[in-house]
Amino acid sequence: MRKPSGRNIGRNATPLKPAKPAPKPVKRRAGAQSAKTSLRDKLHSWQLHHRDSGKDALRRMRAAPTSNLMTILVIAIALALPAGLSVLLENVSALTKGWDGNAHLSVFLNDDVNEKQQRELAEQWGKKVAIVRTEVISRAQALEEYKLLSGFGDVLDALPDNPLPPLIIVYPQDTTPEALEVLQRELQKEPAVDVVQLDVEWVQRLHSMIELGTRIVSTLGIALAIAVVLVVVNTIRLAIESRREEIVVVKIVGGTDGFVRRPFLYTGFWIGLFGGITAVVLVNIALIWIDSPLDDLLALYNSDYSVAGFSAEAAFTLPIFAGLLGLTGAWVAVGRHLKDIEPQAF
Amino acid sequence: MIEFDRVTKRYANGKEALKDVSFLLPAGELTFLTGHSGAGKSTLLKLIMMIERPSTGTVQIDNQNLDHIGNSGIPFLRRKIGMVHQSHHLLFDRSVYDNVALPLIIAGFKPADIGRRVRAALDKVGLLDKEKLNPMMLSGGEQQRIGIARAVVNKPPLLLADEPTGNLDPALSAEIMDLFEDFARVGVSVLIATHDLSLIAQYQHRLLTLRDGHLITDREEVGIDA
Ligand SMILES: Nc1ncnc2c1ncn2[C@@H]1O[C@H](COP(=O)(O)OP(=O)(O)OP(=O)(O)O)[C@@H](O)[C@H]1O
Ligand SMILES: [Mg+2]
Repeated sequence: MRKPSGRNIGRNATPLKPAKPAPKPVKRRAGAQSAKTSLRDKLHSWQLHHRDSGKDALRRMRAAPTSNLMTILVIAIALALPAGLSVLLENVSALTKGWDGNAHLSVFLNDDVNEKQQRELAEQWGKKVAIVRTEVISRAQALEEYKLLSGFGDVLDALPDNPLPPLIIVYPQDTTPEALEVLQRELQKEPAVDVVQLDVEWVQRLHSMIELGTRIVSTLGIALAIAVVLVVVNTIRLAIESRREEIVVVKIVGGTDGFVRRPFLYTGFWIGLFGGITAVVLVNIALIWIDSPLDDLLALYNSDYSVAGFSAEAAFTLPIFAGLLGLTGAWVAVGRHLKDIEPQAF
Repeated sequence: MIEFDRVTKRYANGKEALKDVSFLLPAGELTFLTGHSGAGKSTLLKLIMMIERPSTGTVQIDNQNLDHIGNSGIPFLRRKIGMVHQSHHLLFDRSVYDNVALPLIIAGFKPADIGRRVRAALDKVGLLDKEKLNPMMLSGGEQQRIGIARAVVNKPPLLLADEPTGNLDPALSAEIMDLFEDFARVGVSVLIATHDLSLIAQYQHRLLTLRDGHLITDREEVGIDA
């Protein structure tokens, strides 16, 4: 329809129309064709886009390896710290589980209880549910032992009477500090009992140390999980910034928010996942590193305990969990920064 | 195809970029939109694209009142509109092919269809042999044509262009205009915002003129009256 001569602003348009009559616009609804894509095709293309965004996010990470590796390492270290500590704690508590068995009560009886009565009492208590077994230490035995241990044999021989009370050692079923205390109170009520000594303090201390350690590790874990999310928020914010132009174009040609969001969510997930995998590797390296000196140490204590690493389950969950942290970070970043990018300038 | 009914656009800073503008563009027609710098041309296009919403009045596209389209509906409206810019907004991190394919990927076309349609669009703008290149390696006119290919690749019923010939010499401008006329001929409504009065003068098309936000001439109506 280009005019051959061009000075005319076309009020008197008709005579200037080209020889070939302009065909009436064919009212073919050009747009209708795209609307015809069926639901199944849509679903398929949605799947395709997920796959493509996932792959594309990976490709972009490979394209900027240093900065992404740094991010992944930061995340890995942040996760390895609490994860490694909790593996250590698990080892400590597994190792000390056997030690609880030594927890016992020393029940000192009144001096007037004779050996026969002492044995009957011990046998009677041994039948209680709360008590695994009892051990009788008669006054004579106690004296012998004390002589051996103290080296005061001569002095003791010089005494007219055996000063040591009859003793029954009670091994309880339940070695938790609470149960021990209950049992202590119960035995204390027996008329023949003089004093019940709870040899439990160190067990208690150990228990509370482990408990404290667990709390510290969980707090640390929560703090560092938040740190991981923040690291990813920042990384994704930068990624969004660097792809501003692309986001504008995608929005102009009709990309939905979901379409715009998806690659960033994948990036966040991948970064977290790789961070988590690296954390598992780091913890295992650290465990291998300390394994042989630790074994030597344990051998000194006659323990054949060997250090347990990550369970297969934990080695699997940690990366997934880290991936979810990454996804969370990406969500936050996308929610905060994608809105700001709207096509504006023409 | 496009209907403005007493549309006023006031920006957040109080600036009234469009004042009481009404017009009707039927389907399958090419229309120029002109006016001095700051007259409101881009604003008018932004209202059609739903980049902005009118302060008062209603805009209808394809018999759809834009007031009734929520934010989540905007992408689907935009899929019916091809947009060509002076700064063509091409992405330099990917090939010509991938630039043109973007709207199809977004709209969820099947991979086989995508290949076919992208090549058809590139063929239309005469750049079929450049599909593997990076747009950075192309001239300004070629880049503009890629922008056009991207705008029309999913065959939208409406094509908008903001200063599409802004950087181009007259010969290239004529080439681009020929393309737009071809699209109008097959039923696409084309609205071209431009300063370029000599370009407008060379073609025989309806003309909307804005001055300070008012629509002051509508060449076709004037022609009918005369
Ligand atoms: N986002 C905005 N906020 C405030 N004022 C704006 C905004 N966009 C445009 N304007 C103002 O609205 C008026 C019309 O702007 P518009 O971009 O529509 O003009 P134009 O006709 O496209 O001009 P040009 O030919 O220079 O591109 C101008 O005075 C401009 O300063
Ligand atoms: Mg403008």
